[in-house]
Amino acid sequence: MSLLEVKNLNIEFTTLDGVVNAVNNLNFAVDKGEALGIVGESGSGKSQTILSIMGLLASNGRATGEILFKGQDLLKTPEKEMNRIRGKQIAMIFQDPMTSLNPYLRISTQMTEVLRLHEGCSKAEARKRALEMLDLVKIPDAKNRLDRYPHEFSGGMRQRVVIAMALLCRPELIIADEPTTALDVTVQAQILRLLEDIRQEFNTGIIMITHDLGVVATICDQVLVMYSGAVMERGSLQDIFKRPLNPYTRGLLHSVPLPDQSRGEPLYSIPGNPPNMLQKIQGCAFNPRCEFSSERCFQSKPELIEAGPGHWKACYRESGELEAFERGKVS
Amino acid sequence: MSEPLLKVSDLQVHFDIPNTSRMFAPKQTLKAVDGVSFELNPGETLGIVGESGCGKSTLARAILQLVKPTGGDVQLNGQSLLGLNKQQMREARRQIQVIFQDPLAALNPRMTLLQIIGEPLTVYEKHLSAEQRRARVMKMMERVGLSPNMINRYPHEFSGGQCQRIGIARALILEPKLVICDEPVSALDVSIRAQIVNLLMELQKDMGLALIFIAHDLHIVRHISQRVMVMYLGKAVEIGESEALYLSPKHPYTQALISSVPSMDPDASRANQAILEGDLPSPLNPPSGCAFRTRCKLAQPHCAETAPVLVAHENEGETRLVACHEV
Repeated sequence: MSLLEVKNLNIEFTTLDGVVNAVNNLNFAVDKGEALGIVGESGSGKSQTILSIMGLLASNGRATGEILFKGQDLLKTPEKEMNRIRGKQIAMIFQDPMTSLNPYLRISTQMTEVLRLHEGCSKAEARKRALEMLDLVKIPDAKNRLDRYPHEFSGGMRQRVVIAMALLCRPELIIADEPTTALDVTVQAQILRLLEDIRQEFNTGIIMITHDLGVVATICDQVLVMYSGAVMERGSLQDIFKRPLNPYTRGLLHSVPLPDQSRGEPLYSIPGNPPNMLQKIQGCAFNPRCEFSSERCFQSKPELIEAGPGHWKACYRESGELEAFERGKVS
Repeated sequence: MSEPLLKVSDLQVHFDIPNTSRMFAPKQTLKAVDGVSFELNPGETLGIVGESGCGKSTLARAILQLVKPTGGDVQLNGQSLLGLNKQQMREARRQIQVIFQDPLAALNPRMTLLQIIGEPLTVYEKHLSAEQRRARVMKMMERVGLSPNMINRYPHEFSGGQCQRIGIARALILEPKLVICDEPVSALDVSIRAQIVNLLMELQKDMGLALIFIAHDLHIVRHISQRVMVMYLGKAVEIGESEALYLSPKHPYTQALISSVPSMDPDASRANQAILEGDLPSPLNPPSGCAFRTRCKLAQPHCAETAPVLVAHENEGETRLVACHEV
């Protein structure tokens, strides 16, 4: 049994402008010790997916389907019990470390609160464990820093504190929503190394949301590419980066300038803009921006099919066709 | 060699910070930019990279005279911008425009595109009639890839990438000589980033613009710039041709910065990535001698004594300026 299994997840929001389908028919699974990367642009539904796992959807949102955490359906779990799972078994790391820490409370207060609530630790015990955790995430001079306020830490250190908080109860699953986007590359490298160490040490499952493909290549084993609320492609890191089968995945990979690309020449870019979720698109959601779209892409939406072992794609084009088309463009 | 368009010499921006640790304590000085010099030729692109807090944005603001430099000089076409009065500065600003990081925050939500993009014209080209202004704005919109029939819309109706196009149109409508781009693509999605970078490169070629491109996406800086300047705690630590600088970084900080960029190759070994430990030291209390020595793998005792200056290293026709005792 997988640690987390998401089956046929649909998320819709009722808004003044009508019903928005933020996520359509999503399926994926994460095992212990495995890192899944969810890649997509703003509005692709990646954040809503994880909010629904945590039971934190906005009040006008509704999730249907199944989210099985160790076999228990989180969508049917009452709020009181969710409170016991959230933060204890599933922990979350948010993008902006400044807004996810309370500026009025000392780090010690915020960290011990988690332990006292979930594990009923005594004050002294909780402090001791908080200190251990700060050491683990390599906060220098942790003993003196425990009673400081968040503003006394730098951005990278704050993110370390947030990670330490997430780890306090030894969660089995960590969900990280763009944990390094707000940080400098040097600090990003430190944080990614830290997450990798934690995964190996505690055999934690990780869901990593990001739009930086370099981050995905560094830390993830499985990749899910989302566009407009649906899965475009899913597979192992090698499959997605070496043998991408969906034009959108290929476009994303090409958009990053490579070291061997000569300077100054135009970069490959995906034309157009990310879709507006209020507008219904006929057929494949990517077709207005796709170079490979054909008649059938406008008529119906391609199903997610297994193209190779563990490699799923939602596209009508055969993989050979994509390559031939690209070769034709080059020559 | 032609006359440089912009010449920045020994520019300093120091801020006085009241010391709150005790009463009547002496003021502290924060050296945000401390002795930066470079030249920029017409049509050239200079990339500036460095961690947050290294003074990249303050440098940009000091060039624009949006913060007053406390020392050094900025010359545009041989004319110093420092001693200019308001009237003269207004004339000079016509030549220098700026594109900001957050495209939505940089646009007034209560103004239409016509008003936003046309505003520089109402300031600098008062002789234009409303009709002529409208025509210029429409032409510019087309130029940056916005459909001219959206001229009466408001910024909130556009996506992030389109808002950045509006910002670019506003910056270019006066046909400036120099455009300072302060992290113009950091806030955009990956697929949109490439579009905006391409647009900037294309416009640069057509209009002969010189660009100062500040970013922390090293891939993109490398791609768009002819030369790159690496900054650390208010000082330039390495300046060189972008290609050569990326292939063989000389300063240990540049090396660390480049190897911190996550590789796109899933097979790349994660183990021998050189990771810089620690954080940027406080600019209020920088380490003595070389500011980078606290995080440097080459640091020697003498690094704590004297601060290294930029020294030219010649190699196969390329001149690289490096500020390090150990290189």
